Amino acid sequence: MEKKETIKVVELSTGYHNKKGTTVITRDINASLYDGELTCLLGPNGAGKSTLLKTLTAFLTPVKGEIFIKQKPLRDYSDAELAKVIGVVLTEKLTINNMSVDELVGMGRSPYTGFWGHMSKYDRKIVDKSISLVGIIGLRGRMVQTLSDGERQKVMIAKTLAQETPIIFLDEPTAFLDYPSKVEIMQLLQTLAREQSKTVFLSTHDLELALQIADKIWLIDKTHGITIGTPEDLALNGDMSRYFHREGVIFDINSGLFKICHKLNKSVSLTGEGAEYNMVKKALARQGIAVTSAANAPIAIEATTDKIIVDGLTVKSIEDLIYLVNDTLNS
Amino acid sequence: MMILGTSIIVFFILNLLLGSVSIPVCDIIEILLGQKSDNVIWTNIILKSRLPQSLTAAMAGAGLAVSGLLMQTVFRNPLAGPSVLGISSGASLGVACVVLLSGSIGGVALSKLGVIGEVTITLSAIVGSLLIMALIAFVAQKVRGNVTLLIMGVMIGYIANAIIGVLKFFSAEEDIRAYVIWGLGSFSRVSGGQTSVFIILMILLLPTSFFLIKTLNLLLLGDAYARNLGLNIKRARLLVIGCSGILVAVVTAYCGPVVFLGLAVPHICRGLFHTSNHATILPASLLGGASLALLCNLIARMPGFEGALPVNSVTALVGAPVVMWVLFKKRKSEA
Repeated sequence: MEKKETIKVVELSTGYHNKKGTTVITRDINASLYDGELTCLLGPNGAGKSTLLKTLTAFLTPVKGEIFIKQKPLRDYSDAELAKVIGVVLTEKLTINNMSVDELVGMGRSPYTGFWGHMSKYDRKIVDKSISLVGIIGLRGRMVQTLSDGERQKVMIAKTLAQETPIIFLDEPTAFLDYPSKVEIMQLLQTLAREQSKTVFLSTHDLELALQIADKIWLIDKTHGITIGTPEDLALNGDMSRYFHREGVIFDINSGLFKICHKLNKSVSLTGEGAEYNMVKKALARQGIAVTSAANAPIAIEATTDKIIVDGLTVKSIEDLIYLVNDTLNS
Repeated sequence: MMILGTSIIVFFILNLLLGSVSIPVCDIIEILLGQKSDNVIWTNIILKSRLPQSLTAAMAGAGLAVSGLLMQTVFRNPLAGPSVLGISSGASLGVACVVLLSGSIGGVALSKLGVIGEVTITLSAIVGSLLIMALIAFVAQKVRGNVTLLIMGVMIGYIANAIIGVLKFFSAEEDIRAYVIWGLGSFSRVSGGQTSVFIILMILLLPTSFFLIKTLNLLLLGDAYARNLGLNIKRARLLVIGCSGILVAVVTAYCGPVVFLGLAVPHICRGLFHTSNHATILPASLLGGASLALLCNLIARMPGFEGALPVNSVTALVGAPVVMWVLFKKRKSEA
């Protein structure tokens, strides 16, 4: 199936105007977003993620260049037209009290309802569908202020679905959420992109999740500008490690994920197989102990599926193993 | 909503019934139906005092409550109210200029001029508040944050009050007295032909606010979300501020700066209806405002007080505990 290009960005420079003149934040972006794809915008704080997102949603005007949405320049869209094309979910917390989830999702129909904001049967149907797509039927009657952060994000996503926009922009939708909720929201967005053919574009700090779920990654940085590709391509050509180079963090090219790099200054010999082998290796790495297969190591460990043996002694848990190994190495 | 409607009718009837002169119910009905009553004094009391006063109170209350609701929504601040934006102060400044300066500059004390004096006071209040409102609307175009705008309003209010203070210092004692009495607020000062002008104005203005229901609901979501849903924020803010400003201007011009109703009624209604949806809360505030104003007027005119109690004291004394109770109850149910 041919992917349709929904947004095309040509020679775009983002930034803002103030009294002192124009501050350019990101220069000369050329990129496209496609329907059915989830794209994540990654970058450190202050790199210009928000500015770019605001420019794409027409909250800010571009310093230079052009944004085309469905082949039409963004600046030619009126507020009312744009409301039917782009739906946003923002980081800012809602300050509304006493509005039910149902009513809030219903607000997504505003671009379609008439002067009085009265909802037709069709509007109601769309709201019902949006609510069930996001899986929050149980929350319908709840007041917005009683929701958890994750639930509130889902409600706002349902709002954009009710808005029936082909494009959804989300500004750090996973911030403030606990880990399972982060995963849930990302999976939900991926499903929506796939099954509803939405163009989903979001900024996030959750690198690991983004690398696993995103179809495309936009890497943004003050020094390197912007780099775009699938997570895998970015990993292979070294962009990932270049962008996120930090002391103590390495990009593991095999898993395509980031790893904390421990300084290993001691070593023991480890033999064995299976999950036990890997877990023992991981636990030792955290202690700064490398594993070798050399016979002259001070300690010999054997880890197999049924037991872990340290220098002939069977240990009950990895916790015991660490105590034992540390004792031996330090003495 | 039914209860609010009923309470208005009950309070309205009580307003007609109760007073320092007791008039039998059947006579009141006869007088209202236009039949000649034997007692000319009773006819005069009902038609020239109690009826216009009750109508004025109901309209003024409704206007202030609606205006308070609009401001609380547009500024997303529960403390916003007609007096906060300096619009009431603007009206006061207008009145102060005319009342206090007429004596010392024009040589004629306005307080002695009767009907012409009243019309002048009304006009000066409207001019004063509309000027301040225009200033606020201008500032609203320039500044982005609502909090900034709110603080601007409060500051403008302080400046207006300071100028009033200076004016007072240079004025004749009787003019100051006339100004102070205006400042106490009253639903009864509006007299004769002016009552019908006021009521017609309010009947025209109040329904205008209903055109803003969708806009107001969108504004609840915050500027960014509202804009994403197709709302022109600047125009919406201007419309809402304008609508509520004109309502306050007109009410203040005729009744003086009546405090508290505008702030309290929307809170009471939100507490009663458990919703922020303006399709409910706007009509509720309108009815609630009318009802509470009638109740306050009734208390101010209780037999024994001889209509001497200033409305402002009553609105605060009645309204404040109600708001406190509503907020307290809300806290408890949320905990």
